[in-house]
Amino acid sequence: MSDTANLVEVRDLRIRFRLDKTQTFDAVKGVSFDIPKNCTVALVGESGSGKSVSAMAIMGLLPPESAMVLEGSRILYQGNDLLRESRDNLQRLRGRDISVIFQEPMTSLNPVFPVGDQIAEVLRLHMGLGRAQAKARTIELLNEVGIPEAQLRVNSYPHQLSGGQQQRVMIAMAIACEPKLLIADEPTTALDVTIQKQILDLMASLKQRHQMSVLFITHDLAMVGEIADRVVVMQSGEVREAGTAAEIFQNPQHPYTKALLECRPRLDRRPRRLPVIEDFIRSQGRPVVLEERVRGVKEGDPVILEVRNLSKDFKLREGVFGHRLVRAVDHVSFKLAKGKTLGLVGESGSGKTTIGLSLMRLTDASSGEVLFEGCDLLQLTRAQLMPYKRRIQIIFQNPYASLNPRFTVGNILLEPMQIHGIGADENARMQMVHALLDRVGLMRSAYGKYPHEFSGGQRQRIAIARCLTMKPDVLICDESVSALDVSIQAQVLNLLQDLQDEFHMSYIFISHDLAVVKHISDQVMVMHNGEMVELANSDDIYLHPQHEYTRSLLSAIPRGFVPAAA
Amino acid sequence: MSAVIEAPIPQEQHDAGGPWRAAFRRLRGDRVGMLCLFVVAAYLLMVLLAATGLIARDWDREVGVSYANPEFLAGKENLEAAASRNLGARQTAPPVDLSDIDPLAPYYKELDERTAKIKITETPRSDTLPFGGDKWGKDVIKKTIKGAEISIFVGFAASLLATFLGTVFGAFSGYYGGKINDFFEWVYNVFTSIPYILLILTFAAVFGKGVLTVIMILGITGWTGIYRLMRAEYLKHREREYVRAADAIGASDARRMFVHILPNVSHVVLVQLSQYVVQFIKAEVILSFLGFGVPVEMVSWGTMLAEAQNELVIGKWWQLAAATASMAVLVTAFSLLTDSLRDALDPKLKAVA
Repeated sequence: MSDTANLVEVRDLRIRFRLDKTQTFDAVKGVSFDIPKNCTVALVGESGSGKSVSAMAIMGLLPPESAMVLEGSRILYQGNDLLRESRDNLQRLRGRDISVIFQEPMTSLNPVFPVGDQIAEVLRLHMGLGRAQAKARTIELLNEVGIPEAQLRVNSYPHQLSGGQQQRVMIAMAIACEPKLLIADEPTTALDVTIQKQILDLMASLKQRHQMSVLFITHDLAMVGEIADRVVVMQSGEVREAGTAAEIFQNPQHPYTKALLECRPRLDRRPRRLPVIEDFIRSQGRPVVLEERVRGVKEGDPVILEVRNLSKDFKLREGVFGHRLVRAVDHVSFKLAKGKTLGLVGESGSGKTTIGLSLMRLTDASSGEVLFEGCDLLQLTRAQLMPYKRRIQIIFQNPYASLNPRFTVGNILLEPMQIHGIGADENARMQMVHALLDRVGLMRSAYGKYPHEFSGGQRQRIAIARCLTMKPDVLICDESVSALDVSIQAQVLNLLQDLQDEFHMSYIFISHDLAVVKHISDQVMVMHNGEMVELANSDDIYLHPQHEYTRSLLSAIPRGFVPAAA
Repeated sequence: MSAVIEAPIPQEQHDAGGPWRAAFRRLRGDRVGMLCLFVVAAYLLMVLLAATGLIARDWDREVGVSYANPEFLAGKENLEAAASRNLGARQTAPPVDLSDIDPLAPYYKELDERTAKIKITETPRSDTLPFGGDKWGKDVIKKTIKGAEISIFVGFAASLLATFLGTVFGAFSGYYGGKINDFFEWVYNVFTSIPYILLILTFAAVFGKGVLTVIMILGITGWTGIYRLMRAEYLKHREREYVRAADAIGASDARRMFVHILPNVSHVVLVQLSQYVVQFIKAEVILSFLGFGVPVEMVSWGTMLAEAQNELVIGKWWQLAAATASMAVLVTAFSLLTDSLRDALDPKLKAVA
């Protein structure tokens, strides 16, 4: 047994989920991989590929009432089969030898205890430290994960920390007992690009310093290029390809791996259509040659929407009677050209979403003008606004939350037409709905189904179709592809682009992901703390960024595999 | 952890037919829930039959002797029945002759002739009844069935009223916030600051007696609980993206409140409604017991219990037993059904099912 080299060996892991009394679902179908000592292994795949389930099996955290690990599966940890270990032994291993970081730091931390106490609890339970020792070690750990003023921060509650800081606390908790294996389940998906970069760097340096192995789970292959030593690519419960990072990135064998590498928008190229997984499967993995798309806005392009000095203040209560104004958007002005796309980039809290909501009057702006064909939308009464509402539409970030779960897809699509009196009668509307379902690439049988029966990408298509029913002139995409896997993201981006070409809509594309914005936008506006930092044609902004902040955003984008780093 | 549960979602195609049918499927898998549903349905059927007069129409006929024994206690001594028989016998004794001074004396003969024309068919009063009789010899079983009609009707009508008021108030308060919220919160605080029974008695004293009054009282005083829940739900849901999306497509406030949000919080309404039914059936009993309930010429489980108070002293327990047992079975079944309903209707359980 080669247990000297490998910390964990997963052999023929098969996991079956019980859906109800009669139906089962095989989430993991005979997966084998190794985690060598002092090595970062990336487990990459789309949602539903079984990557998280495999990792949870290593931790012994599968729900026992619905998950079954089938006969013949083995998970060897330093030669011991974890699947046959007693509960007590597992309990001792978890937290001390193996620890885990989850995707959502906000929900993984207990909101009613100070973060210091939560880290100290781990230390006292597993390391048997006393109260004072634990506190000292906690401060040490917080310093190590790069939290400023650790002495003060031990007493902070989770909500007083930013998302990035919360994830740092989670990491501090995970490495508190010097684990041999750290499992990171999509640790940066919920974070901004700049924070994501910092967390990845932190994990890489911690791995070096503590001589531990890291199992890094993600859907984004490009992201692991900089930190992973080995990569395991999974699809529908099976391993498609496994190898060193250099092999996977420089010489991918399986078409699925190639597709995952190609479907993420890149900063240096802009194909007319993004390649999607089907392209690669169909062409047996030969790279699809695609012509480049030319983007940009010229002087004199007709303008459909003009925003002048838009500001938005939020009132925060402070003390008993006092309140403080927080400026979310500060005198922002821009023009949206007809048939073009304006990208809005910034970290969370930069005010980009507030701009989108203000344009639609979903939140009331404090001052400024929004001129739509020369008419100031902010001055209109509700009744006067109605005809304009139809013409500016929005697609939200979370396709799971933006569709009413009690409406069928048919109802969802018919409702806007009924409200705005589009279509002659029910029959005509039905025809339009069917045509739209075809257009966004959904089956017609979707008409009678409910949103929960669809995947995230399909739901986003439904949301797009809902906007299309009103034939809007301006479509605001508020982080519309951020919640989707990279492969699905490519499909939705292609769909949005096709629709723009067909209907000549103007897009305002809000995202924190510069690569996506670069791909789809003619113009890019960079936001920081409610202020506009830079506004230029998208190629200019990437080639010649003027502002320091823009440059820092650009440098945070995952670059994929860099041979020198390996 | 969420990722673990997410994995099987794409396979959830069997869940076609919408959230309601899925909820019913879950309920059907719950044996206790189905049994309770059956019991409650049986009660409702009984109420329906009683209301249409198919059963227990003659509940107020005095068919037995006073406090007739139940059939299974036929041999038990019945002092009250004997006493009333003796009372009748004593009256047959010849009175003192007062014809000289009685101004009606000349008419007695005529009156006797008239009364002879009216036939009084004195039904033979039986000594025992299936589950005993009350003070006037009415059949306790029929009384209980007829009593169920009033009690359950009051329970359902009052809880519908309370739920309606609470839902509408809560929806407005939570959805609009601001001044409207302040107003409803103020009303809510006033209502909840007064002791419940005192509030009920106050209303009862003002409105006077009657079934409708009882319903009004319970409805008007009972909306506070569901108001609180609905306000919280609307506060939460109005910020949800699907409501924002409805705003974006131009849906009006009323449409967003009642077409979009209401179906998504309907499980709260339904569960609260069924809890109210239980609560108000009990409240009607208490009101009637205190004498503020339904009028004397009607019967409800509450009036039966009020009568039972005196009967119990002289050892006649069957009216109490009949009313409490039938109420206990219904209330228990309804409460358990409520629990099952809550499990079946909770949309959060959908991913696991």
